[in-house]
Amino acid sequence: MQFTDAMHLLVIGLAQGSGYALVALGFVFIYRATEIVNFAHGELMMLGAFAVLTFAELWGLGFWLGAAMGILSLGVFGYALDALVMRRVIGESQSSIFILTVALGVMLKALAGMIWGYTPLVLNVPFQGTVDIGGMVIATNRIAVIIGTVLICIALYLFLGRTRLGLAMQAASQNQLAAYYSRVPVKRLISVIWAIGAMVAATAGVLMAPVTQVSPEITAIGIKALAGAVVGGFGSIPGALLGCLLIGVAEPFLDYTYPPLQGVYAYAIMLVVLLVRPEGLIPQTFRKKV
Amino acid sequence: MRTLFKTSYGFDIDHLVDPGERIRVGLLIAGALALPLVLSGYALSEMAMFLCYALAGLGLMVLTGFSGQVSFGHAAFLGLGAYAQVWFLQRGVPFLVALVLAGLIAGVMGAAVGRAASKMHGFYLAIATLAFAILVETVIGAAVPLTGGHMGVSVPPITLFGYEVQGGWQTYYLYLAVLLFFVWGVANLKRAPTGRAMVAVRDSETSAQSLGVNIARTKITAFFASAFITGVAGGLMAHQLYYLSPETFGLGESLKLLLMIVVGGLGTISGAIIGAVFVTFLPNAIEILRMVLPSGIAHQVGLEPFLFGAIIAGFIIFEPDGLYGRWRKFRLFLETYPYYKRATFTRQKRYLKTGRFR
Amino acid sequence: MSTLSVQNISVAFGGLRALRDVSFTVEPGQIFAIIGPNGAGKSTIFNAISRIYDVAGGAIRFGDRDLLTLRPDQVVQSGIARTFQNIELFEKATVLQNLLVGCHGRMQRNLLAEFLFLPAVRRGELAARRKVEEVLDLLDLQHLRSERVADLPYGARKNVELARALCAGPKLLLLDEPASGLNPEETTDMSFWLKDIKEELGVTILMVEHDMNLVGRTADRVLALANGEVVAEGTVAQVQADRRVQDAYLGGAA
Repeated sequence: MQFTDAMHLLVIGLAQGSGYALVALGFVFIYRATEIVNFAHGELMMLGAFAVLTFAELWGLGFWLGAAMGILSLGVFGYALDALVMRRVIGESQSSIFILTVALGVMLKALAGMIWGYTPLVLNVPFQGTVDIGGMVIATNRIAVIIGTVLICIALYLFLGRTRLGLAMQAASQNQLAAYYSRVPVKRLISVIWAIGAMVAATAGVLMAPVTQVSPEITAIGIKALAGAVVGGFGSIPGALLGCLLIGVAEPFLDYTYPPLQGVYAYAIMLVVLLVRPEGLIPQTFRKKV
Repeated sequence: MRTLFKTSYGFDIDHLVDPGERIRVGLLIAGALALPLVLSGYALSEMAMFLCYALAGLGLMVLTGFSGQVSFGHAAFLGLGAYAQVWFLQRGVPFLVALVLAGLIAGVMGAAVGRAASKMHGFYLAIATLAFAILVETVIGAAVPLTGGHMGVSVPPITLFGYEVQGGWQTYYLYLAVLLFFVWGVANLKRAPTGRAMVAVRDSETSAQSLGVNIARTKITAFFASAFITGVAGGLMAHQLYYLSPETFGLGESLKLLLMIVVGGLGTISGAIIGAVFVTFLPNAIEILRMVLPSGIAHQVGLEPFLFGAIIAGFIIFEPDGLYGRWRKFRLFLETYPYYKRATFTRQKRYLKTGRFR
Repeated sequence: MSTLSVQNISVAFGGLRALRDVSFTVEPGQIFAIIGPNGAGKSTIFNAISRIYDVAGGAIRFGDRDLLTLRPDQVVQSGIARTFQNIELFEKATVLQNLLVGCHGRMQRNLLAEFLFLPAVRRGELAARRKVEEVLDLLDLQHLRSERVADLPYGARKNVELARALCAGPKLLLLDEPASGLNPEETTDMSFWLKDIKEELGVTILMVEHDMNLVGRTADRVLALANGEVVAEGTVAQVQADRRVQDAYLGGAA
């Protein structure tokens, strides 16, 4: 493999990893607040991409307006999902809740297939074409994924640390009962957290759309993001992001080395990491207080 | 409600001490034995398939129902069992030995996945099983010399002690015997220390631990037993499929197994059987539904997975105890009429006791 | 008989020091109470002894065994059983099944033998059941044996949890607030049981308790804790008379 080829794969990998990281950001965010692992987050991402596609292309609103409306509508969807479904199963066993989110994911995927079909659709984005960095020609949309991820991470970080709502969220995820006593509207707050998680996922869907196109099959990114988050350590946001980047970068190189197992290396890496270092590369575990 | 007077400790340990329950189970087994008199040919082979699913569901029930660990990729163990069975039979290993070996291979792989995630929070295990299932499907497709890849491989007939078992009633009885054996074994497990340890881990890891239950070991054991049983089910299923290809054991099949145990009722042996009945008749119900629905929706590929998802979600939200739980409530209603009170089964809603620390 | 000796243990959660250099000794046959205001680190001591938390320094020995070398599930084998502040029972199981899990530490396990329910397994089950019936008789729980825990009132659950710990056949019993949430009548019952357990079964008891009534009636020795440090140790009267203990409770700056 030539050096420039390797660099090229690296950039592709970083872009891919950023996409996973963005999806992971959404569900780690939800997990930290509610201890619910949303196995349907890849489906939320797919739904976001479809929503934007519908507004931007089918309704002809153009990319930016379409993206804004699509992402917002996913926010509403996330809020409703928590308020109408997830809130009902508080107190059920963990395993039941996992199964529920998977079932919801299957429903959403099937529903998307019924509405938009299974042929990959093209979403036209403004960041097309290529840029030349030091003699290396790279597609702009890959750079856009990386930059978009960094921006959203910074925005979320500022939001959590600097705004009233963000601080209330942190309080609620540390101790729900205490937050409730301090007059934090915990239930509504958790729905807002779901809304933000869904909006981040939708953004990931839009940013990834030029690379993956839009079809029900892109939900697989959600599972890879889960794998990345496990590799990095689920409890911490930086860990999860790092794990996703790692998986994203490793994938293209491994696909290149031994193509027959193309597309499943993310899972293989995760299983190996779990066998060697079960707590993830950056451990941070929560235990229940007794 | 009837009160049962117990006269010895052995009474508490024995299966089916309640006469009513004994009659019901007896009738069920008698009905299953009489089935070949009524059914024939195609219907009977459908029933054999049902027995395979019941066994696979029983396997998943041990893991998810008893020890509270979720597997989203249990069809992978079904597949491992099926392929192992064929591989051993092709090399002249006797049927029953091959079946045990198929179970062992699935079981050992299951224990490995369980080990990988046993020390962590339950969802690590759930993600690990999902990843494992995708990996297994791809590897089976890629390992052409071993499995025939996507071209598939045909399954040799069953030979038992030099006598070729014909399809129809012979296969049916053979499968029924295997299923009953495992139902009995799992019921035994449930009244023995290991089974109780599984339930303890499901309900409270912390206190299980303080009573001497090794959590990691219990989860790995549960995974082994579960994958073993499912692997044996896969071995049996191979003979009903006649022809194996990796897609047969994809995520859709895993979802079907989950659907079975959720609909039947998590945590009970009866739940697995009831769930299998439900899954067996579901395709027929969907066919009928297709006739009723407007043609725009009726011929969608997504209709079946959508219904699967909707049924699972519906049961978890509205009836987490499944059909078996519904039946228990109904029975209690009859027995205690007119004193039945809804409150007996109301679920306690508990808000998240976080109080976590880093 | 074995002595529990806790020497200079410290526990830290991140930057927060929950326990600092705590030492005490529980002699066999005693009822030893730990008191202190909320957040003093009382339950943390229990969690350190049962190895749920790792200690940052110090030593915990029971008899001649170093507890810090054990896994959490091995602690019970050394003869220590415990209850929890917020009751950690197996909710979907019956009282009987809960108590049988209590016997887990002393039972043989073999997957294949249990699957086939060989005679040895049956013998083990019968033995465990005899132990459970003894405990049920002792704590007067016979009438609840086949109830589901989820259907029981709070006070009964508290007793079931105590019974479950006794089924492990402990030499030392750790009770985390045995009287919290009980009405005065139930608390009186509890104090009789504690004495019975001590005298009839010869079990040493270490408990965390707020109810000074119960402590006064049962405890041989008391340790007062505040902000993760030992404030006073002695008999009930000595500790109650101690100025520093009163300050700790009333929040008065010393």
